[in-house]
Amino acid sequence: MAKGDRLLDVVDLSTHFRTEEGILRAVDRVSFHLDQGETLGIVGESGCGKSITAKSVMNLVPQPRGSIVGGKVLYHGNNGTVDITSYHHQSREMRKIRGNEISMIFQEPMTSLNPVFTIGDQLMEAIMLHQRLGRAQARQRAAEMLARVKISNPEQRLDRYPHEFSGGMRQRAMIAMALSCNPQILIADEPTTALDVTVEAQILNLMQDLQDEMGMAIIMITHDLGVIAGMADRVLVMYAGWGVERATTEQVFYTPKHPYATALLQSIPKIGVRKRLTSIPGSVPDLNNVEGGWCYFAPRCAEAMDICRQKEPPTFDDDEGHTVKCWLWDKQQTGIKAG
Amino acid sequence: MLSYLIRRILYAIPMLLLVSFFSFIVINLPPGDYLTTVQQQLQSQAGMSRDQAVAMAERMRARYGLDQPFVLQYANWIGGIVTRGDFGYSFQHNRPVSEVIWVRLGWTLLIAGLCHAVSVIIGVLIGIFSATHKYSIGDNIATVFAFLGLSIPNFFFALVLMYLLAFHAGVHVGGLFSPEYVLAPWGWDKFVDLLKHLWVPVVVVGLAGTAQNMRIMRGNLMDVLNRQYVETARAKGLSERKVIYKHAVRNAIQPVIMYMGMALPFLIQGEIIASIILNLPTTGPSFYYALVNQDMYLAGSFLMMIAVVLVAGNLLADFALAWLDPRVRYD
Ligand SMILES: Nc1ncnc2c1ncn2[C@@H]1O[C@H](COP(=O)(O)OP(=O)(O)OP(=O)(O)O)[C@@H](O)[C@H]1O
Ligand SMILES: [Mg+2]
Repeated sequence: MAKGDRLLDVVDLSTHFRTEEGILRAVDRVSFHLDQGETLGIVGESGCGKSITAKSVMNLVPQPRGSIVGGKVLYHGNNGTVDITSYHHQSREMRKIRGNEISMIFQEPMTSLNPVFTIGDQLMEAIMLHQRLGRAQARQRAAEMLARVKISNPEQRLDRYPHEFSGGMRQRAMIAMALSCNPQILIADEPTTALDVTVEAQILNLMQDLQDEMGMAIIMITHDLGVIAGMADRVLVMYAGWGVERATTEQVFYTPKHPYATALLQSIPKIGVRKRLTSIPGSVPDLNNVEGGWCYFAPRCAEAMDICRQKEPPTFDDDEGHTVKCWLWDKQQTGIKAG
Repeated sequence: MLSYLIRRILYAIPMLLLVSFFSFIVINLPPGDYLTTVQQQLQSQAGMSRDQAVAMAERMRARYGLDQPFVLQYANWIGGIVTRGDFGYSFQHNRPVSEVIWVRLGWTLLIAGLCHAVSVIIGVLIGIFSATHKYSIGDNIATVFAFLGLSIPNFFFALVLMYLLAFHAGVHVGGLFSPEYVLAPWGWDKFVDLLKHLWVPVVVVGLAGTAQNMRIMRGNLMDVLNRQYVETARAKGLSERKVIYKHAVRNAIQPVIMYMGMALPFLIQGEIIASIILNLPTTGPSFYYALVNQDMYLAGSFLMMIAVVLVAGNLLADFALAWLDPRVRYD
């Protein structure tokens, strides 16, 4: 497969939770795509559905309350195109993809590794599962992977337990594990949020080096626009379960369309200085109590119009693939920005 | 790891000495001794005069060393155990304590061990089922069972079971053998007869432990299943069975094993009650009568043995934990 080929088409993905208060629309008709070798950033406030989107792609939606209720996740793998949402989450077909063709690393390196098994055991487990290798060969491959993520003395470190590793080393080990079967896609769910800034930079550089070497595509989930600016080719901005804007990184940074994206960018005081997203007034609506039929961002939006409170905005697409879910960009109606 | 094992075993020795000393004190606390009881019996049943009885008791006291100072008595007793395996003399049985104690201790350990095994295996299995089928009908039934198991007193359960078995099922209950096998030589039939009797105390004593283990396992496993590393295991592509039995259970079972060490006193306590009701030839009833009659060496030896079993049980539980969880090894 060559760089630039389509790997993933997520079409109108909806993932809901059944809760005591009713149906929670954690992911609501989100679409995006991912090409070979590129990095897609997913950005948005806490609770907007980034992790659940990622878990839906892995078919690992928290059971028993969550389920994918609509849309498709088309994965164009080595064996042709499959719709991941059509597989049962425990099916053999799904398990062959997980950890092998699509892998994932998580936010909390301190708890992502099982405390009672050695690092080596945990790496070898994935390798032996997917690549028909014996113990000795799997061990060798595990050591190679640790060396690849720049952990010194990999042979000895294989026999260490997670509690003997620092946070940064554990995240490296997780990356080694996720990449050990040469996946097409690596999903990184806020991989550096729990780490301090210098370690964060090292881990992000490492991920980019490995991407250059191994050629996998990355879905990078983050709160941090600085990370997006440094790593992503394209960006999906999420708000309250919706994908509100989708564009290249340059487009989002220089010509943002959605008022939420604009507000996010304004919450960065200076270009090049990183800041957490905190300073947009108001907060995300309670996803349990929304009935739909309006724009969830309208209560916080400085440019909100009457229609924003009466009708859900559709997604508008310009010719360059820059999409936005906002009435301001409606050519037919009042869309003042549609030009 | 080896040095950890050795260190822990060495620590146990002074602990056992301390326990034996305090049990000796406790047993000597009630006023009088076994010979006070004997003296009263001589007066009331053998018709001796008070002076004669007192003199006789004094002679026996001198013979058994009961007139010596307390610390010396203790030293003699402990010295005898360590050097000769001599646990002293049981006045009540008129035989050395060691002749009385071993067979009974064997039965106690067998019953307690079976209870332990049953309550851990069944409790853990039901706990796993419950945690992985949260709020299902099976889980609800198991929860009700656990509630009953923890709240029904041992003695009551034993009585109900005896009643049902004797009057409704018409089988022989009480004791470890049917009358015709008590004196029979060991053979297949006798073994089967033993099993037919043994399950009653095992069920009675093991019920609470099973319920307890089930609850601990259920709660812990539900907690562990929410941990990030379980999701990591799923994200690797492991089957759900591997995720649960290899990654989750291994972490969730630790408190059950810790509880195994602490559960022994409850088991022995339950075993005493069940044995008295079911009339079993174990340590329980004779420990009880030794205490009532101030048969001090016998009572002291029972206490000592229970302490040894406890300490050994805790040691085993700690070793199992150290083997299961790398983080406790070097502390
Ligand atoms: N297991 C669950 N049961 C019920 N609701 C859930 C569950 N997991 C997530 N949710 C809900 O789904 C919504 C989206 O959650 P998600 O974890 O995707 O947010 P996020 O964008 O990743 O946030 P963060 O940046 O804090 O990680 C939230 O409203 C959350 O409360
Ligand atoms: Mg998240």
